[in-house]
Amino acid sequence: MFLRWLSASVRCSLVTGLISVFGTEAVAAPISANDFAEAVKSIKQVGPEGQGNAEASAAFQRLISAGPEQLIPVLATVDEDTSPRAANWLESAAETIAAKSIEQKLPLPAKDLEKFVLDRKHHPASRHLAFDLLVQADPTAPDRLVPGMLNDPSVELRRLSVERVIAEGEATLKAEKKPEALEIFKKAMSGARDDDQVQAIVKRLEELGEKVDLPKHFGFVTTWHLIGPFDNREKKGFNVAYPPEKKVDLAEEIEGKEGVKVKWTPYTTPDRYGTVDLAKAQDKFKGAISYAVAEFVSDKGQTVDVRLGTPNAWKVWVNGELIFAREEYHRGHKLDQYKMRARLKPGRNEILIKVCQNEQKEDWAQEWQFQLRICDSTGTAVLPATPATASAR
Amino acid sequence: MSRLCLMLSVVLAAGTSLPAADWRQFRGNDATGVVDDQAVPTSWTETENRAWAAELPGRGLSGPIIVGKKVFLTASSGFSSDRLHILCLDADTGARLWHRQFTAMGRTMCHNKMCVATPTPCSDGKRVFAFFSSNDVICLDLEGNLQWLRALTLDYPNASNSLGMSSSPLVLGSTLVLQVENDSESFACGLDVDTGLNRWKHDRPVAANWTSPSIFSKAGSSDDDQLVLLQSSRGLTAIRPYSGTTVWNYGTGCSTIPSSVAVKETVYVPSNGLTALTPEEGASAPKVKWNVGRLGPGTPSPIVVGDYVYVVNNAGVLNGANIQTGDATIQLRLPGSGAFSSTPIAANGNIYLFREGGMAIVVQGGDKPKVESSFDLKETILCTPAIADGGLYVRSDKHLWKIAK
Repeated sequence: MFLRWLSASVRCSLVTGLISVFGTEAVAAPISANDFAEAVKSIKQVGPEGQGNAEASAAFQRLISAGPEQLIPVLATVDEDTSPRAANWLESAAETIAAKSIEQKLPLPAKDLEKFVLDRKHHPASRHLAFDLLVQADPTAPDRLVPGMLNDPSVELRRLSVERVIAEGEATLKAEKKPEALEIFKKAMSGARDDDQVQAIVKRLEELGEKVDLPKHFGFVTTWHLIGPFDNREKKGFNVAYPPEKKVDLAEEIEGKEGVKVKWTPYTTPDRYGTVDLAKAQDKFKGAISYAVAEFVSDKGQTVDVRLGTPNAWKVWVNGELIFAREEYHRGHKLDQYKMRARLKPGRNEILIKVCQNEQKEDWAQEWQFQLRICDSTGTAVLPATPATASAR
Repeated sequence: MSRLCLMLSVVLAAGTSLPAADWRQFRGNDATGVVDDQAVPTSWTETENRAWAAELPGRGLSGPIIVGKKVFLTASSGFSSDRLHILCLDADTGARLWHRQFTAMGRTMCHNKMCVATPTPCSDGKRVFAFFSSNDVICLDLEGNLQWLRALTLDYPNASNSLGMSSSPLVLGSTLVLQVENDSESFACGLDVDTGLNRWKHDRPVAANWTSPSIFSKAGSSDDDQLVLLQSSRGLTAIRPYSGTTVWNYGTGCSTIPSSVAVKETVYVPSNGLTALTPEEGASAPKVKWNVGRLGPGTPSPIVVGDYVYVVNNAGVLNGANIQTGDATIQLRLPGSGAFSSTPIAANGNIYLFREGGMAIVVQGGDKPKVESSFDLKETILCTPAIADGGLYVRSDKHLWKIAK
């Protein structure tokens, strides 16, 4: 009744409002190449603390309104320079476009998705999303594609492939074809990066008599020089720059905790996961800090992942530059707990870590250790070049 | 406002307003975990009173929330637990209406019991705000369209806890309140629900804290007058959600796992056991109404049902006290064995509790509570369930169930 009271324009606004409120599907609105580029640009400009969210939200609406033909172009906008925030915006736009297509019973472009997945120049995360969408459109795709993904840049796609090779190895082993199984597990190991899969493979390889060099597989730094203890009573040493933070001189003797002279000592961990247990290598000091320094010879200038696991507070420097610091004690540790990017120069690089122990007395608060590896963004070990081949030597 | 505008507002509001039966955040709309006007089954079997079960794509300690006929839930999956899921299901059928996935932008390490999808999402009725242990905040509309996102660990790089973060967000008016507290970089912030921009950001005690913000409101007060309670090992602070300004502060240390609950202008805070606080107009600190040292809760937060406040201790005993006097005479050993992580919720005077091993226990409240029924769901239950529109929603790592007649 009361709609009669309203003008046509108000009625129109009201209906539009109600459609919006109840989420009725909008008709696809084609987008020009220029508008598409502007929308993507807006999204890529999202920054810290929510900056650019409002603009990105409008651009997102524009992209998802443009219809299913924009699915592949949106996926292709994510590249290695795209920030994690923008990548999530763009991948969500692609996922939303696909979901709306499915709701409207429109077929997903399976052939184009497969082509996109197979093109490794696209961003790993976008290829992974494209793979998931492809599987919805074509359930036969995994059997066709996954076997070729053993060394895929996408860790998720690679994992699927490794899983299949492990299963093949298990079946071969069950058929008592040990030499063939050994080769299959070696193949699985070449692709495996996730530790659960590595452990499953290593178990079989060792049962079959194969030796496995885990530090080499993961890229653990195992050889260090250690110095300590320095004072960390009441956790006050975390922000104290003791002499190793200013200069590393392996021959130097320094005043440590309570005036005791300390000096650098070489240490190579026997642990196959690269753990340097300072409580064993030095002593069960409490309220203490030790430093460890390692040389890493790189055959070229490259950006790498420095991945750390430790239950202690810590700081890490690469070539004198602090790459991260964290003051947290005894909240657990695991492989790849912290992932940091760092730039290596050709030749000798210096990796310095400060490891802080507090004074907690509980049984679960006695660990004083760290585990550090150098790898690429997929977790593939980056191994040091031999000094003889290092360009700087 | 003209009559026309007023009527338009009424009509449009009718399209967006929420039925009272919604359950929009951790422990429900008022963060008490209690509804009194809904008939939820007090027993169920494999076949009776189980409306539906939906499979989930990943783990989660987060509870479901319900807005109208939609159920929203988060999950996380992947070897590195870095795939974040936000799901929307049909409340009547359990059918999946949409599913959106994101890549975690913060650290994902958690204790084995926890996972990245530990905080319960919340909604203002128009949007869903999903928060994860990785400190990623994702705002979607109810149709699954991304509205904005925040990567708080990219913004504040030391804000994380290697055991996992569990504080559930809370939305009041136009502000989303988050507590991000840990050993290294702690803060609370209020975000504009429209844009995700900071309205305010305060430093908080640098110490691990898994509690969630709670709501304090006076009888008859408007949304704008409601206060947010931020709990920590240093005390309990009441702030205004829009500005973040402090209204009062209780300076005695509180638990860092179970959260406080406020009912009828009294706050029940896990502090030196359990302490009842009564804030007074204009006072900078609340009055201590009573304190009972042996009413310390384990992991679950306290709940007030009728005239009694109940806690579940680490031995699996339901203890309780009269809310007026603090007279703590209630003690009920609950059936089964194993710990509780899930905070109890209640409907029509019945308390619903879930052991970690999956045993559901229904207790009739009162000064002599008694066990009404129990049922083993046989899957790990760590979430705080939800009640809406006569149904009880509870999730494991694998399934979300609706219990309803």
